[in-house]
Amino acid sequence: MGNTVSVERKQYVVFLLGKENYGVEIHSVTTIEKMLPYARVPKTPDYIKGVINLRGEIVPIMDIRTRFGMEVIDETEETRVIIIKINDISLGIIVDEVDEVLELKEEAIENVANFTNDLSMDYILGVGKIDGRIVTLLNIEKLADISNDNIALGE
Amino acid sequence: MDMSQYLEIFIDETKEHLQSLNESLLELEQNPQNVATLNEIFRVAHTIKGMAGTMGFNKMAKLTHEMESVLHALRNNEVKITPNLVDILFMCLDALENYTESIVNTGGEGSNDYNSIVLELSNAMNKKVEKPEMDKETENTQITSEEVEINSYKTAQFKLNQYEQNVAYKAKEMGMNVLKITVVLNKGCVLKSARSFIIFQTLERHSDIIRSEPRVEDIEDEKFDFEFTVVCITKEEPLFFQNDINSIAEVDEVIITSLGYEDFQLSEIEITDIPSTTASTEPVKAEDEASGDTKVEKNNHNNHAQKSKTGKTVRVDIDRLDVLMNLVSELIIIKTRLEGIDTGDRTQSYNEAVEYLERITTNLHDAVMKVRMVPVEMVFNRFPRMIRDVARDLKKEIVLNMFGEETELDRTVIDEIGDPLIHLLRNSADHGIESIEKRIEAGKPSAGQINLRAYQDGNNVVIEVEDDGQGINLEKVKNKAIEKGIVKRDIANTLTQKDIVNFLFKPSFSTQEQITDLSGRGVGLDVVKTKIEQLGGVVEIETEWGKGSKFIIRLPLTLAIIQALLVVIGEEKYAIPLNSTKEIIKITPDQIMMVQKQEVIMIRDSVIPIVRLDKILEIPKDDKTAKQLTVVIVKKGERLSGFLVDSLIGQQEIVIKSLGKLLSGIKYMAGATILGDGNVALILDVNSLAI
Repeated sequence: MGNTVSVERKQYVVFLLGKENYGVEIHSVTTIEKMLPYARVPKTPDYIKGVINLRGEIVPIMDIRTRFGMEVIDETEETRVIIIKINDISLGIIVDEVDEVLELKEEAIENVANFTNDLSMDYILGVGKIDGRIVTLLNIEKLADISNDNIALGE
Repeated sequence: MDMSQYLEIFIDETKEHLQSLNESLLELEQNPQNVATLNEIFRVAHTIKGMAGTMGFNKMAKLTHEMESVLHALRNNEVKITPNLVDILFMCLDALENYTESIVNTGGEGSNDYNSIVLELSNAMNKKVEKPEMDKETENTQITSEEVEINSYKTAQFKLNQYEQNVAYKAKEMGMNVLKITVVLNKGCVLKSARSFIIFQTLERHSDIIRSEPRVEDIEDEKFDFEFTVVCITKEEPLFFQNDINSIAEVDEVIITSLGYEDFQLSEIEITDIPSTTASTEPVKAEDEASGDTKVEKNNHNNHAQKSKTGKTVRVDIDRLDVLMNLVSELIIIKTRLEGIDTGDRTQSYNEAVEYLERITTNLHDAVMKVRMVPVEMVFNRFPRMIRDVARDLKKEIVLNMFGEETELDRTVIDEIGDPLIHLLRNSADHGIESIEKRIEAGKPSAGQINLRAYQDGNNVVIEVEDDGQGINLEKVKNKAIEKGIVKRDIANTLTQKDIVNFLFKPSFSTQEQITDLSGRGVGLDVVKTKIEQLGGVVEIETEWGKGSKFIIRLPLTLAIIQALLVVIGEEKYAIPLNSTKEIIKITPDQIMMVQKQEVIMIRDSVIPIVRLDKILEIPKDDKTAKQLTVVIVKKGERLSGFLVDSLIGQQEIVIKSLGKLLSGIKYMAGATILGDGNVALILDVNSLAI
C-alpha cells in the first residue's frame, strides 16, 4: 500500500521526429496507420497535407514537421499516421516512426516553463524523463487548433 | 429507477400518439358524431396518461387524466360535443406537445401547469350537471347587468363563480397575484375583436386568464361595447401589465385592481352559485359555429391503413445508418479493387464470384439507401391543424388537400423541409386566398383551396404548394422593386414575368402593406429560397392574377448521394455537382477575350466569365498551353460561369462526405467523396467559385 501516486500514471504513444522522442496521450489516439494516399485541400495552411480516406471517413492529415518548422523529409517505410480525436475533431499527424507506448508517472514530467525560445513551445505540455530518455509531450488540443493560420476558413 | 434509457422511446412514442391525436381531433371536428374517432382519441389519451405516469411526468398524466374524464363523458353521451369543446381538446394537445418539447429539450416536463385548460375541462364536465340551471344563470346575468348601469365600467361588475374563486384562492395561497383588469378601447377602434385578441395574447404571455366578461367568444364576435374585463392569475405585478397593455394601440384606459382574499368568499352560501360559462357555450350557438367559417379537410382516407402498417418498425439512430452506409461504400470500393486485380491466372469461377459480389453490393447499397428514406407524410401531417388554425385566425375558409404523402425523401431532407413548407402554406393562406367576401365577389366558391402535392420526378422529388387565391400582382411587385432600388425603371419594363416574380425572393421584400401576425414582414420567401438551395433544391413560382399561385420546390432525392462530373486539373481530381453544370464545351485559347480585366468567352451570343480553377485552387501545374481547352459551364442561380479544367473523367454517382470538423467551412469546397479506387476527391462548391 501507500502507492497512491499510481493514480497519476498516464500512458503515452511515443514517436520519433528525426532523433527526438515525442509523446501523445494514448486516450486521444484512435489508430495508427501506414501512410495512405491523400488529396491536397486547397486554401489550407501548408502543414495540412490533405485528407485521407480512413475506412470511409474523411480525415485531414497534418505534417507535423512543417508545423514545427522542421526540415521536411520524404516518407519512408517507417512513416506512420497517428489518428487522434479530440473535441470531436479527427486529425492524422504524420510522424517519422512510432516507437512504443510508455507509462509515465506525474513526477517524471517536467513543466516546460523552464524551457524557452522555441517556435513550437505552444504545442508542448511538458517533458517526460524515463530511463535517461527525454520525451516531449505534445498538447493535442493546441495541435488541432488551426484557426490562427487558417486564412481561407470562414467568410 | 433509471428511466433515461426509456426516455427516447417515450418521446418518440408520445410524438406519434400526439400526431394521431391531432388527426383524430381534426376528424372529430368534421364528424362530431363519429364514435370510432372518439374511441381513438380516448385510447390515445389513455395511452399517453399511462406512459407519462410510468415515466413520472405527473403534470402530463394529470392533464391527460382530465382529458380522459371529459372524453369518457362524451362517449357516454353525458356531455355534448361542441366546437368549443373541440377547441379545448386542441388546447390540451398543444399543452401536451409543449410538455413533450420541454422533455426533449430539458429532460423534464417544465413547470407549466396549464391550470386554465384543466379548469376549462372541468367546466365542460360540470356542464352536464348544471344543464337544467342554465336558464336561471342567464337571468341572473341580466339582472346584474341592469344593476350596474350606474357604474362607469359595467363589465367590471361580476362575481366570480365558486370554481373560479377556488382557483383564485389557491393561486393567492401560492403567492400569485389575482388581477382584475378592465380595458377600455378607443371609440374609433375599427377591429375591436382583433385588438382584443392582441390584448388577450399579451395577457396570456404572463398570466392565466380564468374569467372574461363578456365571454371570449362574444369578444371574438365583436359582441361587446368598447370595454371588457378579465380576471387572471399571474406572478407579475399590476404595473407590469399596465405598461404592457398601454403600449398597445387604440387602448384608452386600463384599470387594474388586485383581488385579495376578501374577494373570494369560500362560504357555504356561495356554493349554490352557478358555475359560469367561461368555457362552455350554449348549444344553439354551438351549432352556428359548427357550420361556421373554418373548415379543413384532409383528403387522405387510407391514412388509417397506413398507420397500422407502420406498426412493425424498429427505431434506428440515423448515426448508425451512417455507419452502415460507410461500410457499404467501403465494400463497394474493395469490390472495385478485386475487379481490378489482374494476376493473369484469373479463373472463370473467380470472375463469377466477383460478379456475384458486385450484384450483392449493389443491392445492399440500394437497400441501405432505402432505409434512410421516409415518407413526406412525416412533415405533411402537421399541416391540416396548422391551416385550420390559420384559417380561423384570418376568418377565411380554407380547404387543404394533400396528395402524394407516401412520396419518400431522405431523412436529412425531411428534417429540413418542414419550415420552408410552413412558410409557403402560411403565405398561401395569408396572401393567396382572399377573404370570403372578396371570393364571392370574384365569383369563386367561398372556400379557398390549397393543394399540397408531392411526387417523384426522376432523381428529384417535387413538392408543390398551390392556391386558388388572388395570385401575385406583378405590377405591384415591379413597382416595389423599382421603389426599393432593386431594379431601374427603364430596365424593369423589359423584364419577363419570371424575372419579376423572382424579386419576391429578394431579402426583405414584401408587397403586403399591412403587417399581419402570419406573414408580411418581408422575412419570408428569401429564407425559403436559401433553405431550399442549401438542400440542393430550387424553388419556382407560377402565378396568374386572379386565378392563384403555385410554388414548386424541386429537391434531390437524397443529400448523401449526388450525380457529379469528375474532372482532372493538374494531377488532382475534383467533382462538380451535376445539377449545377449546364454544359461542357471545348474552346481554343484564342477564344478567350479580356473584358474589364476579366477573361470571358462568347457562347451563342452570351458572354460567360472564365474561372481558372488551377489558379484559384493553387494547383501545381506546368504552364504549357494546350491547343484545346475544356470549359465546364456552371450555373450560379441564373448566371453562368465557365470553369477551365484539363480533362474530364465522366459522370458518376458520388457519396458526399464532410471534410471533418477541422476543415469545416473551408472555402471553395463542398465536401469530399471517395472514388472507386479508394482515393479521395474534393467536391467543388460552385456557388463560391463561380463569378
